[in-house]
Amino acid sequence: MDFGNILSLALGEIVTPTTAAYALAALGLAVHFGYSGLLNFGQAGFMAVGAYGFAISTLTFKVPFVVGFLIALLCSVTFGLLLGVPTLRLRADYLAIVTIAAAEIIRYIVTTNTLFRVTGSADGLSSFQREFDSFNPFPAGTYIFGWSNREFYVRIVSWTIVILCAVLVWLLMRSPWGRVLKGIREDENAVRSLGKNVYAYKMQALVIGGILGALAGLLFTLPRGSVQPANYATELTFFLWTVLLLGGMSTVLGPIVGAMIFWVVLSLTQNLLAGLIESGAITFLSIVQAGQLRFILVGLALMLLMIFRPQGVFGNKKELAFA
Amino acid sequence: MSETNDQNPGNIDYMTDSRAIAVGENLPGCKKRDPILVADNVTRNFGGISAVDVEHLEIPRHKITALIGPNGAGKTTLFNLLTGFDTPHSGAWTFEGKDIAGVSSYKLARMGMVRTFQLTKVMGKLTVMENMRLGAAQQPGERLSKALFKNIWGGREREITKQADVLLEKFKLDAKKDDYAASLSGGQRKLLEMARSLMVQPKLVMLDEPMAGVNPALTQSLLDHIKNLKAEGMTVLFVEHDMNMVRHIADWVVVMAEGRIVAEGPPGEVMKDPAVIDAYLGAHHDVDLGDAQGIRELEAELEADEESIVGTEDAGIIAPEAVEAHLEEEEGR
Repeated sequence: MDFGNILSLALGEIVTPTTAAYALAALGLAVHFGYSGLLNFGQAGFMAVGAYGFAISTLTFKVPFVVGFLIALLCSVTFGLLLGVPTLRLRADYLAIVTIAAAEIIRYIVTTNTLFRVTGSADGLSSFQREFDSFNPFPAGTYIFGWSNREFYVRIVSWTIVILCAVLVWLLMRSPWGRVLKGIREDENAVRSLGKNVYAYKMQALVIGGILGALAGLLFTLPRGSVQPANYATELTFFLWTVLLLGGMSTVLGPIVGAMIFWVVLSLTQNLLAGLIESGAITFLSIVQAGQLRFILVGLALMLLMIFRPQGVFGNKKELAFA
Repeated sequence: MSETNDQNPGNIDYMTDSRAIAVGENLPGCKKRDPILVADNVTRNFGGISAVDVEHLEIPRHKITALIGPNGAGKTTLFNLLTGFDTPHSGAWTFEGKDIAGVSSYKLARMGMVRTFQLTKVMGKLTVMENMRLGAAQQPGERLSKALFKNIWGGREREITKQADVLLEKFKLDAKKDDYAASLSGGQRKLLEMARSLMVQPKLVMLDEPMAGVNPALTQSLLDHIKNLKAEGMTVLFVEHDMNMVRHIADWVVVMAEGRIVAEGPPGEVMKDPAVIDAYLGAHHDVDLGDAQGIRELEAELEADEESIVGTEDAGIIAPEAVEAHLEEEEGR
């Protein structure tokens, strides 16, 4: 077993575009749940809307990159409004039910065979990233950590977006606007009695978190150059929740560091188990079973986390949202 | 406060103003000299039970009005209806002459009608100071379009903080201002809720059971705070159970029972009103049920009472004969 290799693989996960996408989507959830108390169980749906919005407008309607990008964001805003209008006047749990169902509806629609020409059905869509790649300013060659120029480019773009969004969320949450959101998280009737339009604030928060989700969907698909419905199933939403709880709900750094920890741990357990199985130390598991086992471990870790450190890595225990 | 001066052109001292509150007799639903809130035919049913059925109610400006009545009389429901937290089946009501039926609760608060809740609502995971700042009106930074730019809202934020500091000192919460509100005691939370509602700079403060679950020492300070609101030119409407409290601070008392207003008037007068005593204590409150003699007296009274089932065929186990037999058995032991 090559520990050096396992470790470098795990550390490499810290900066992958996928980690960045998870961080950004979890940041959206932090805006939803951590700051506003909106239970969104359909963040995978927002990501899918962003990814498909971009891919379909690029491939079917042949729009330029920037237009496709804006369409993707517009789609997520529409999706957020559609979900918010009927549910935000109701109790928080209704939003949870509606979002989880809506995310599944999106996934089933894009999987429908009738729409094969537009959505590619279960195969998904690919090669819509060419224009994005053409913006790559780095000449071909090998960069730090042995990355190719494209690998280097997508990492720079992904993390720039994550950092920009994190700064934006931080600025918003320290403002009086953010204070009203936190008030709504605690008790919306009290905030209403103080003359704030709670419904509008909740809608704004839902849409902003949704836009972050759509951006995350783009970060998730552009580097891969393909989008498949199977990637946007409910488990994605629950991984995002794990990331959020791991890092701390009402923090900006929490979701980002949470995503890094999540992917490092997944990679470490996968490679360690594979190494142990190959070297014959573990005989009762196959490599495939080991792949499943690490997700069982994720569930276990989440339970332990909630029991022993419910505020996450960065969270403030006094400001914890469950109590 | 400039607010106070606007409302007080003749420099009347609200604490000593002794002009009559009502126009004419002090009857339920009577007209007031200067009403701030007027409600007409407000009704609300819960599954066939009429929780509130108020024909006419006027709340006098610059006065402390107490809304009293037994549990289930519909006081809190009326509060919720007037403040837009619940929708009535019918009715119209105006605040300072403006029709506010169906206006959403947050707009009412902006118009200067602020309420507190029976179950205290403080934001436990915000600091005391943040709770106070949340109450302030006209903070441009609460708009998403301006939230990113501290130079736009920073100035107003400093004003708000100054205003909050003054209020917190008045309510003796200044030492706690950086603590999370969840760490406050029940009484301190009541104080914080009241202080926070004053951040809105309201004209009418509606307090839903401000004294519930508060110890006697703190009750006294709460009463003083309520009196101060009047001194500063605000109108107060509060729900309360304790008649002694009401007698101390209220200028006007409105009594509700079974959703209706049964009596109105100055506290001294209302408390002698038979309808009030009936609603609060029951018609036969002066009978001691601890001994057989008292029970016999009550039976005799009930038999004479037209409304009681005692003395009719439906009396069952409370019929005089049955009770008499039971009492004799008890005495025989």
